[in-house]
Amino acid sequence: MLRLAPALAIGVLLAPVACGVLATLLPAFGYLPALGGREFTFDHFATLIDYPGIGRSVLLSLATGLLTTVIALTIVLTFVSGWYSTVTFARVQYLISPLLSVPHAAAAFGLALLIAPSGFFFRLISPALTGSSRPPDLFILNDPLGLTMMAGLVAKEIPFLLLVTLAALPQTSARRSGQIAQAAGYGRIAGFLFTTWPLVYKQIRLAVFAVIAYATSVVDVAVILGPLTPPPLSVRLTQWMADPDIAMRFVASAGAVLQLLVTMVAIFIWIGFEKLATRLVARKRNAGHRFVKENWARLGGLTLVLLVSAVIFLGLLLLALWSFAGFWAFPDTLPRGFTVVNWGRALPSLAGPLTTTLLTGFVATLIAVCLALACLEREARTGRTGGSRALLFIYLPLIVPQVGFVFGLQLFFLGAGLDASWGALVLVHLVFVLPYVFLSLSDPWRAWDPRYASISYGLGANPNRTFWKIRLPMLLKPAMVASAVGFAVSVGQYLPTLLIGGGRWPTITTEAVALASGGNRRVIGVYAFVQMLLPFVGFALATIIPAVLYRNRSDMRAAS
Amino acid sequence: MTGLLLEDVVIVLDGRELMRLSESIAPGEILTVMGPSGSGKSSLLAYVGGFLPASFQARGNIVLSGKQLNNQPAHERHTGILFQDPLLFPHMSVGENLLFAIPSSIKGASRRRLAEKALSQAGLDEFFDRDPATLSGGQKARVALMRVLVSQPRALLLDEPFSKLDAGRRDQIRRFVFDEAKRQNLPILLVTHDKADADAAGGKIVDLDQ
Repeated sequence: MLRLAPALAIGVLLAPVACGVLATLLPAFGYLPALGGREFTFDHFATLIDYPGIGRSVLLSLATGLLTTVIALTIVLTFVSGWYSTVTFARVQYLISPLLSVPHAAAAFGLALLIAPSGFFFRLISPALTGSSRPPDLFILNDPLGLTMMAGLVAKEIPFLLLVTLAALPQTSARRSGQIAQAAGYGRIAGFLFTTWPLVYKQIRLAVFAVIAYATSVVDVAVILGPLTPPPLSVRLTQWMADPDIAMRFVASAGAVLQLLVTMVAIFIWIGFEKLATRLVARKRNAGHRFVKENWARLGGLTLVLLVSAVIFLGLLLLALWSFAGFWAFPDTLPRGFTVVNWGRALPSLAGPLTTTLLTGFVATLIAVCLALACLEREARTGRTGGSRALLFIYLPLIVPQVGFVFGLQLFFLGAGLDASWGALVLVHLVFVLPYVFLSLSDPWRAWDPRYASISYGLGANPNRTFWKIRLPMLLKPAMVASAVGFAVSVGQYLPTLLIGGGRWPTITTEAVALASGGNRRVIGVYAFVQMLLPFVGFALATIIPAVLYRNRSDMRAAS
Repeated sequence: MTGLLLEDVVIVLDGRELMRLSESIAPGEILTVMGPSGSGKSSLLAYVGGFLPASFQARGNIVLSGKQLNNQPAHERHTGILFQDPLLFPHMSVGENLLFAIPSSIKGASRRRLAEKALSQAGLDEFFDRDPATLSGGQKARVALMRVLVSQPRALLLDEPFSKLDAGRRDQIRRFVFDEAKRQNLPILLVTHDKADADAAGGKIVDLDQ
């Protein structure tokens, strides 16, 4: 069984992506026999290009992907280099970790409630500073340049990039290199940039690519915060994919191929950036620039990271507030009263999607954790790791944009008669859950002292007994945290749920995003609050269960 | 043939021969292998115990109580090991650490009795329900030894087990380990870089440096 685990895991990661891309390519060039397409043609691309504003949509996607990644990575780099191994750093790390589990849609809704013209911010300063008791006439939400959407994405990318950077840091000698550089007269930031960052970046590079791919093709955040006329490419694709006119599937496929190209181009441009930045950094380093006057940069980095955390937390608070809000007119800062009516009204229609969300997340996570554990256990017993190629497989579903292959996968499932089945939904969630579970679990798993296993064998315990009685219980906390990560990923899935579920398996997330255009803030508050709460409960359980089980084992607390 | 036999054992890392050894250790005897770090002395124990990392190559027969071990998996070799650190399983109580080690052929209430007896032998009465984290270094070392002994090993492998103890306690623990192991008539393979360990062991000394 264990021997099959790596092949099975690679199959789970590779097969859906490969089938999905193939089943996108063929219809894009006109081949889809089920719908009468038997000849290869470029017609659908011609139709696609004739859509008004398609060029603008493409540019929006490209710019969003590159800009948000540059901004988020710069902020993370400035903050980490300016503050690592300080007390402030440890505190901020503590503050920002929970943000990672906040689903994108909930964070985007929270941001909308905060900065919309009739949102919390303008309520706070109206009429005192605006001089008006009406919402200002500003195009903030859904602005045509997509600035609000980019802000929302940056806010969610920062916690992610920060945490992958933190995971990479222990494998470098950041502290010592920094001390040496500072002794040679370099500022903290320059010292870090010149000595440690290249090593860190090598480790987080695939994660950065995943961020670019995500931001060039995001749907849920774009629907909530992004421009409407025209929206980014991915949003238009999603509309075409859901079009009742079946012929639109050809155009949607052509569009998905275009999306794949856009993401590829974005990554290529990024690789160009990398080369340029490497050369620039090398020139500054060789010239011996010390960058001693860095306080402005350190403070700037810290401020931005804190601002981002504050904005997300405030947004989440507003979701909760709106879900319980009674009468709340502009420019009142707070509602006049609180009520449970909103919840009472939403609950009957919430129950079904909630059940689907919980069951799908639970089953996909369970399978993912078992697979990841089996792979890691096999690795430990044979002493063979998958190396860098395995890492590429793990990141594959995160680097190929979702719109680029999930639509094809839907056509594939359609052909296999599995469309809109719950099994297919779990499978597609598994594709995205497994990479995160594996990434979260592998570091603590590999860091475990192998001498415990040697001792256990020496005491006569076979490998299975050693796994169940020693290794898994000792690594219970990382295993639980990985499960919580997996569950959070599943809860947050929008597009795969929408497309593969075929509308028959609505979840909290698809329902919440569907509410975006309606603009009923109380209902949005309820759904987005629940969406945010689910991952939070997962992480709370992952902390509480090991703590209770091992309440009398102080080394188990210290170890985690 | 009783005892532990090492026949033409050769350990190689990256094409470089780390050591070559042919020795026999009778029951109740101690063979001390001395050498600086990197001399491959720990990999010798790993080879005998059956958990040598794949990056090493090794050959040579290992025979324990007349049985060839080479193709036996680690958990069927009955070679108990003690490392520098006591490595008590942190999620179990002291008593559970011992229960884990007691062979499954011993059943029922006698398991607990055996564990309690071992603790009392180590001067650790009333420690059964304790959290291992609350023990002193010397107490942990004694529990680690008793954990190995209750598993009924046929040989004992010691990987510098005294080097992290403070000087005052080292002699006492060393004496305790050697006495207990000899009482059970076990062949002992000790690797160390500390001459005092070798002298206290009182058996044959192989110095890899020469």
